[in-house]
Amino acid sequence: MSIFVDENTKVVVQGLTGSQGRFHGVRNRDYGTKVVAGTSPGKGGTDVEGIPVHDTVAEAVAATGATASFVVVPPKGACGAIMEAAQAGITFIVCITEGIPAQDEALLFNRLQRDHPATRLLGPNCPGIISPGKINIGITSGDIALPGGPVGIVSRSGTLTYQALHELSQQGVGQTTCVGIGGDPVPGTNFIDCLAAFQADPDTKAVMMIGEIGGSEEERAAAFIAEHLTKPVVAYVAGVTAPPGRKMGHAGAIISGSQGTAQAKIKALSEAGALVAQNPTEAGETMVEVVKTLAEA
Amino acid sequence: MDLYEYQGKQYFARFGIPTSAGGVADTADEAVAAADDAGFPVVVKAQVKVGGRGKAGGIKLAADADETRRHAEAILGMDIKGHVVHRLWVEHASDIDKEYYASFTLDRPAKLHLGMLSAEGGVEIEEVAATNPEAIAKLHIDPVDGLDEATARQWVGAANLDEAAREQAAALLVKLYTCYVEGDCDLAEINPLILTTQGEVRALDAKVTLDENASFRHPEWAEFAATETEDPREQMAKERGLNYIGLSGSVGIIANGAGLAMSTLDVVNQVGGSAANFLDIGGGANADVMAAALEVINADPAVKSILVNIFGGITRVDEVAQGVVDALARVDITSPIVLRLDGTNADAGREILAPHLSDRLVAEPTMLDAARKAVVLAAR
Repeated sequence: MSIFVDENTKVVVQGLTGSQGRFHGVRNRDYGTKVVAGTSPGKGGTDVEGIPVHDTVAEAVAATGATASFVVVPPKGACGAIMEAAQAGITFIVCITEGIPAQDEALLFNRLQRDHPATRLLGPNCPGIISPGKINIGITSGDIALPGGPVGIVSRSGTLTYQALHELSQQGVGQTTCVGIGGDPVPGTNFIDCLAAFQADPDTKAVMMIGEIGGSEEERAAAFIAEHLTKPVVAYVAGVTAPPGRKMGHAGAIISGSQGTAQAKIKALSEAGALVAQNPTEAGETMVEVVKTLAEA
Repeated sequence: MDLYEYQGKQYFARFGIPTSAGGVADTADEAVAAADDAGFPVVVKAQVKVGGRGKAGGIKLAADADETRRHAEAILGMDIKGHVVHRLWVEHASDIDKEYYASFTLDRPAKLHLGMLSAEGGVEIEEVAATNPEAIAKLHIDPVDGLDEATARQWVGAANLDEAAREQAAALLVKLYTCYVEGDCDLAEINPLILTTQGEVRALDAKVTLDENASFRHPEWAEFAATETEDPREQMAKERGLNYIGLSGSVGIIANGAGLAMSTLDVVNQVGGSAANFLDIGGGANADVMAAALEVINADPAVKSILVNIFGGITRVDEVAQGVVDALARVDITSPIVLRLDGTNADAGREILAPHLSDRLVAEPTMLDAARKAVVLAAR
């Protein structure tokens, strides 16, 4: 099984007519994702390589029954696009947009939670979700994922998500679902949401978790792992050598004071029973061993 | 982006937050003029983006023009924890009765705004939090609801601010919240927030961090960006729109995505090397961005080898590869380059590079192999 979405999930791409929307929307469709529609205000009635374009998400939902959306819209318009999707009844929204102001994200998250509690937002600033062989919503290259499970991946960092998929696929270990939650200050979906979903998914036998410096999400995830996860967890935390007080690329990755260091996160995860690797390659190798042990048991 | 105190105070003033009369000075003459305008006695304050100015001798009281000049001359050019003072803020000295603390920031785990207010200001708030946590009145604010005056009034009561300060403080806190939200701050902090012996509440210091993601709706921030003093390498990278942090090692790093870039730093370290920088070319980087990144790294004389670690998602590897080829044609890259390319359009990227590979441009199949190679080359 996959978590959050599956092979039957119908997806509308918001911003399909832009260059990024077109490239990734079509690529998702070619992967096998049911990309049933796109939206672009003022361009309703046209199509992008056979994918019909509507002016609004509501029209796209009415025409296709889509329940998921993929937001490929620049920072200024991204929060509006997400709210539009939620108002149209979309229940799973993937937003890859990088550079949304933190104030907008905080407002968006709380508004969604209040007015549309059934809607799950993944991102912003995330690579998306892929359930190999079934569905790919986002910007992950589908060919680096391997169908058949048994590993679920959750990662805060985009490119490290690909690296994790790659390390496992190279070793012949497949994935049930790989979720990139993104590194922004207020992610719609966090580690704990994904860990809980993987724990509940019978096909997922082990979980790989990729964290990074900054914030305290990894520590909170560690507490959740200790209390709720019976499945083995392999973890990797990027940024052991990062200097404190410097923003490393995105808002999440900053060490302030003694808070948010890789060392603290590694310690918390180790104490929670996760197997913590030193680098992505070692994380892959560790997971191969874990999967081997599970198969023998 | 962190603001200097004077910029923070000017920013506060836009939102009606009361501060003391004062002015900016880059010379002793300007300091005397600013002091004349503000009215004696004045405080001469070093403008540096680092804590502990007072202890370092960067904040002095002056009763008249002569004293102002003396202090200004002493403080200008002073080195405070590696920050050289180029600018002063000269303001009318306040008669302080009480010192409080107030701030707004985002509580990430709670996904709500967090206001912190304390009757024990003037010292490091971390210290208060450690020794006397009850002295900090915390208020979580749902951004949908915002902060109203009634809530602010209850809050100043909960924080045990003096009766005489409460009404003004509540009004000031609502303004500070507006500044924090509409002004797109990551942090808006006043420490100390003072009650004067004349019964006035105002901001005696200002610590403001702006969220650069919001700069598209704040054209007025350009003046703040202009005063940011940076490592020349970082300046050059910024002009090219790159996310660069200078470090002290010998392996130049170019990667896409903050996570992969950090991980690359870690792996270089694990195989016995050290990174000269962090450079994230970001999502969707194209040939021009890649070429600019190589130029920036090439300009750092400490760099002995360059490690390019790309895992394409939204970034297309063929475009990155083309950027490397373009840069090599355009710039004389002094260090050998080790490439590791995977992900979106990786095969096309490798094809573009194939005819250009040499002992100066090496491709390695994995991140670990590439890091090892780059470290070996850097040691030569």
